[in-house]
Amino acid sequence: MQPNPIAKLGNTGLYILGDLGRMGLYLFRALRGVFRRPFRFMELIRQIHFIGAGSTAVIFFTALSTGMVLGLQGYYSLKKFGAEGMLGSAVSLTIIMELGPVLTALMVAGRAGSAMCAELGIMRISEQIDALECMAVDPFRYLISPKFLATLISVPLLTAIFDLVGIAGGYLVGVNFKGVNPGSFIDGMQTSITNHDIRLGFIKSVVFAMLVVWICTGRGYFVREIRGAGFGAESVSRVTTQAVVLSSISVLIFDYLLTAVLL
Amino acid sequence: MKNIAIEFRDVVKTFTSEDGRKQTVLDKVSFSIPAGKTTVIAGGSGQGKSVTLKLVLGLMRVDAGRIFVDGRDITDISGAELESLRTRFGVLFQGAALFDSMTVFDNVALPLRERTKIPEEDIRKKVMETLRQLELSGHEEKYPAQLSGGMQKRAGLARALQLDPEIMLFDEPTTGLDPIMTRDIYHLFSRTQALVGYTSVIVSHDIPKVLNLADHVIILNHGAVDVFASPEEIQWSTKENIREFVKTTMGQIYQSHLVEK
Ligand SMILES: Nc1ncnc2c1ncn2[C@@H]1O[C@H](COP(=O)(O)OP(=O)(O)OP(=O)(O)O)[C@@H](O)[C@H]1O
Ligand SMILES: [Mg+2]
Repeated sequence: MQPNPIAKLGNTGLYILGDLGRMGLYLFRALRGVFRRPFRFMELIRQIHFIGAGSTAVIFFTALSTGMVLGLQGYYSLKKFGAEGMLGSAVSLTIIMELGPVLTALMVAGRAGSAMCAELGIMRISEQIDALECMAVDPFRYLISPKFLATLISVPLLTAIFDLVGIAGGYLVGVNFKGVNPGSFIDGMQTSITNHDIRLGFIKSVVFAMLVVWICTGRGYFVREIRGAGFGAESVSRVTTQAVVLSSISVLIFDYLLTAVLL
Repeated sequence: MKNIAIEFRDVVKTFTSEDGRKQTVLDKVSFSIPAGKTTVIAGGSGQGKSVTLKLVLGLMRVDAGRIFVDGRDITDISGAELESLRTRFGVLFQGAALFDSMTVFDNVALPLRERTKIPEEDIRKKVMETLRQLELSGHEEKYPAQLSGGMQKRAGLARALQLDPEIMLFDEPTTGLDPIMTRDIYHLFSRTQALVGYTSVIVSHDIPKVLNLADHVIILNHGAVDVFASPEEIQWSTKENIREFVKTTMGQIYQSHLVEK
């Protein structure tokens, strides 16, 4: 039987609504789980170690190369107006308000988000999550909420590292390679960055962290519910890809929205 | 009604595959499982035994009908109530469902650590004792992937037994075990049941052996159930499919009964 296109559209619409509802409820339960007792402190530390500490090297190199490229690029553009002295301000603003939060979130999604998604997906298909529920152990409190909390703590800190290293990279290129005056670099930075800019960067990093951990763990948790994912190992691999793509896209969309609203 | 632990009333469970085909696994099934006794659920492969257990645990939802646990309707119950109800279950999954990134010891200790306030050294003692009974001593630091199939099953069993539950659900507890181990496990069941007095539901293919343990027997067959108040009753059944079942699973000794009749 050939399903008619309107029915198909309706089905897809229903699926998307259902998915959003599921994910909304999931977010609620994950956040509630943070406050449920007993609190798994060691698990939180383990997750921070994995999501946060484990990502510092990646963040360091991304930040350094981004900062250095920004230094080069900024120097090249600003020189056209004879405004090389603005380099410190240009590099630091771009990094603190935009690139720091966005690139950190994308890196964490690729590195830790994919891993969390796959872990939960495998636990789901091998009935480990069912087993937890049957022991009356809340899988949110036990498994998912520590990941939420760890990501919410780690990502802003990683963003701060990114900002520092990125600006240092810009300084290195601008001052040491291109001969920009170090005083004007630092001075430009200090006068142009306001608390408001830093706050915007921080809010972004928290929102992005939430998006990444929500989408990545949620996709893994619901691996059986996701349409077209298939079964078994394949379903986990597909859902993991989907989680990274979806969370990256949402980070980019929210980046625009937050900038538009809060700038 | 206190003597009935679990009751199915006109339960329907249908699966719909992605191409829209329907498969009715349970078709208006009713039966009850008495408290403090051992009920064996038998039936061919794919007849819905594991599905029945998952329905009892609230891991799957019925399409129609009601399921009562201790008189409480679990088809219409909040998440929190379900969680508190589950504290009374002990479960062994067909696939053992061990946490594969934890050692055997941590797996077995998990319910005690998460659900009780027992100090760690007492947990250690209790866990080691269960592992010893199930002949898993010396393997407690291994990971599930490093165990044989039968050892995984026993580790799952050890985990299920930790909290001294009121209702134990075993999905094929002895599949993959050798005959001696199987016998030992059944001994363990009857000993712990005598001690703790839990209601036990055993899904098993291990006919006739498991029938020695059974007070009641439920046979699932193509969406319908046949309930027997005792294992002996099965042999007297005149139904065609039950006679077939007796013939293929219980073999000669039991079959001779039928011939005499
Ligand atoms: N999640 C599911 N989705 C679709 N069909 C399912 C699902 N779970 C079970 N089934 C179907 O329900 C039927 C009963 O499955 P079940 O696992 O209960 O069998 P069983 O009696 O435990 O068999 P076995 O003795 O082999 O373990 C099977 O035909 C199976 O294909
Ligand atoms: Mg089964």
